[in-house]
Amino acid sequence: MDILKFITAGSVDDGKSTLIGRLLYDSEAILADQLEALHASNRKNDDGSIDLAILTDGLKAEREQGITIDVAYKYFETDKRKFIIADAPGHIQYTRNMVTGASNAALAIILIDARKGVVEQTTRHSFLVSLLQIPQVVVAINKMDMVDYSEDVYKQIVADYKKLAAKVNLDNVTYIPVSALKGDNIVYPSSKMTWYLGDSLLQHLENVEITIDDSSAHARLPVQWVVRPQTDALHDYRGYAGRVSSGSFKVNDKVTVLPSGFSSTISKIEVYDKQPAEALAGMSVTVHLQDNIDISRGDIIVNSAGQPQLSNVIEADLCWMDTRPLDTSLTYLVQHNTKTIRCKIQEIIYKVNINTLEKDFDEEFKLNDIGRIVIKTAEPLAFDPYQVNKANGGAIIIDSRTNVTVGALMLRQSVE
Amino acid sequence: MSKYRLDYLDELEAEAIYILREVAGQFEKPALLFSGGKDSITLVHLALKAFRPGKFPFPLVHIDTGHNFEETITYRDEMIARIGEKLIIGHVQDTIDEGKVIEQTGKNASRNPLQTITLLDTIAKNKFDACIGGARRDEEKARAKERIFSVRDEFGQWDPKRQRPELWDIYNGKIHKGENVRVFPISNWTELDVWNYIRRENIPLPTIYFAHQRDCITRNGQLMAASPFLNMDDEDVITRKNVRFRTVGDMTCTAAVESYAFEIDDIIDEIASSKISERGARMDDKVSEAAMEDRKKGGYF
Repeated sequence: MDILKFITAGSVDDGKSTLIGRLLYDSEAILADQLEALHASNRKNDDGSIDLAILTDGLKAEREQGITIDVAYKYFETDKRKFIIADAPGHIQYTRNMVTGASNAALAIILIDARKGVVEQTTRHSFLVSLLQIPQVVVAINKMDMVDYSEDVYKQIVADYKKLAAKVNLDNVTYIPVSALKGDNIVYPSSKMTWYLGDSLLQHLENVEITIDDSSAHARLPVQWVVRPQTDALHDYRGYAGRVSSGSFKVNDKVTVLPSGFSSTISKIEVYDKQPAEALAGMSVTVHLQDNIDISRGDIIVNSAGQPQLSNVIEADLCWMDTRPLDTSLTYLVQHNTKTIRCKIQEIIYKVNINTLEKDFDEEFKLNDIGRIVIKTAEPLAFDPYQVNKANGGAIIIDSRTNVTVGALMLRQSVE
Repeated sequence: MSKYRLDYLDELEAEAIYILREVAGQFEKPALLFSGGKDSITLVHLALKAFRPGKFPFPLVHIDTGHNFEETITYRDEMIARIGEKLIIGHVQDTIDEGKVIEQTGKNASRNPLQTITLLDTIAKNKFDACIGGARRDEEKARAKERIFSVRDEFGQWDPKRQRPELWDIYNGKIHKGENVRVFPISNWTELDVWNYIRRENIPLPTIYFAHQRDCITRNGQLMAASPFLNMDDEDVITRKNVRFRTVGDMTCTAAVESYAFEIDDIIDEIASSKISERGARMDDKVSEAAMEDRKKGGYF
C-alpha cells in the first residue's frame, strides 16, 4: 500500500471544508468521540443535517473567524491507499499557505462552484498548481445539487476550464461533477447524475497512478550527515547519510560530488542492518565510496552521467511569503537541499498578476507576490530546473534578521 | 518514470530518518524527548536506523513526573542499557521542591500540567536548541496544523499564527539565541501506522500496552489504575479488570481500556476496529475544546 498526498484548493464558499468532511465521513474515517463532538456541535446545515465542515476546523482563531488560516493535515485510508490531505486556505491573502501545502502534493483537487463556473480564484489556484508542478489535477465541480444536476452546466464548465488549463500548461486533468453537501460522487457514485460515467472522487484518488522518477540520470543524494563511529572496530568507517531525492543509485555507479567535482564509485549502500543493491528516490540510506574524498553536509552526490547545473547566478520563480517586502539590497540566506548560504535577489524580471495571469512590472515584491527573479548565491548551487526535477529545483529564502522563511524558489536555469 | 514502489511504512520511515538527520545536521545541542510511550520508543528505533553504527548525536531526555507506571521505568532503564546512549532525567519533584510549581490538590490532582515547567527548565539548563518529540498530526486538531520544525520562543510558547512556511522537505532550523525548535519526525504517522511499524520491526514495548489484570477505579466515566498517586476517597470502588493502556503518561491522567489484547496482533485488530480516538483516553485533553492548543501555546510538547 502506498500514500497519496493531495491538496484541496478552493474556499469555504465553494464547499471545500464540506468536501473534505464528506470524504472523511463517508469513508468512515471519523472515530466515535470525534463524531460525538460533531453531533454535539450547534452548527447545522439549513436542513438540520450535520455540518461536516466542522471536521476540518482547527485553531481557535479559525473557528472564531469561520475560515481556514493555516494548512491542516488530515489522514485517512481505504483498503487501497493511505491519504494525507493538505487542507489549505483558498483566499488570495493566504496564497503562501496554498503554496506551502502544494509543495508536497502529488495531486490537487481544484473546486469550482457549479453556479459560478470558472472564476478569478480558479485561475489563481490553477496557476499555483502549475507553478508548483503538482503532477495530477482533479477539477471537482461542486454544488451540482444547486444546478439540478445539469449535464449542460457541467459540460460548459469543463469546456471553459480546458481553455484555462491550456493557458497555464496543466495536463492530466480529470473532471468530476459532485455535491459534497449531498454526497454525490464523493465516495459513492451519484444516482442523480447517471450521465456521468467516470469514477467518484474517492475511486479516482484510490486508483490514480503516482509515478517515481527513478532514472539514474536524475540520481541525487544530498548529504545530510557523515557517519564516522571512530571506534577501534570501525576505524575506517565513513558513510554518507541522506535521502535520495530523485533517481536511483546502484553499487558500482560512477558518481560525482558537487560542488567540488570529485568523482568516485559507490562501493556499498546501507539501510541500518541491510545492504540493498539499489537506493531509490525517497529512501534514506548511507552510502560508501571507493575513494576517500572530502565530503560534508551540504554536498550532493550525483550520477556522473547525468549532472545537474552548477551556478551561482540563477533565474527562478519566486513566491514571497513575508509581510516585509523583498529588499534587493539585502543579503538573505538560501536553503537548497542541505546547503544554506548567503544570497541576494539581484534582479526582479517581472511579477505575475495571479488572478489574470498578466505580467506586472511593479517594483515591489510583497507578501503573496509571485514572479520571476535572478538570484545570486555566495557559492554555486548544484540544481536541476524545477520543471524537470522538482526534488532538486526547490529552495527557500530565509531572512537572516528574523530567521523566518520568507520566500519559495523554483529554480529555472543558470544565467551566465 | 515508473510506478511508485515504496511501501507506506518504508516511506514514513525514510521521512522520519531524514528529519532526524536534519536535526543532527542543523543544531548544536539537540535532545530526544523520551516518555516511555510507544511513539518515543519508535523514535529511538528510527534514531538507531539514522545514526548507527555511530552514536546518537543527542541524549535522550525523560521528564519524570514521579507518578510513573513502574513498567515504564523498568523499560526505560533496560533500553538505555541495551542501546548505550546517554539519558538525562528532569524531575518534576525537583521543580516542586524549588518552589517553581505548586502541587495540585483535590480529587483530580495530577502532575501532568506541572511537567511543562520541568521540561522548560531542563531545556534551559542543558541549553538544548532542538527537542525531538513523538507527536503526530492525527492525534488532535491543534497538532494537525503544527510544523515538523516548530519554533518556540524563550518561554517555550507555540504561536500558531506565526508559524514558518514549511515547503517541500526543506526544514528551516535557524533560530535566535534562547529560542528552540520542537521537531516531530513522525508527524505524518497515524496511531495504526506506529503499531504496524512496531510489529514489522519487532520493537519491544512496556508491558502495560498489553492486556493484564489490574485494580482500577472509575473516574469521570474513565477507567483509572488504582495507585498511591491518585487521591481516592470512599466513593472510589476498586475493581479488578482486564485492561491495557493506549498511551503511556502520568498515572493520574492516563486512562485504561478494558481489553483482552495480549499480543500485538490483537492490539492492531482492536485499534483498527476501535471507535474511540487515542487521545480520547487522555483526561488532560478533555478539559476544553481547545485544551491541546492552549497547552501547546504554553510550551507543552
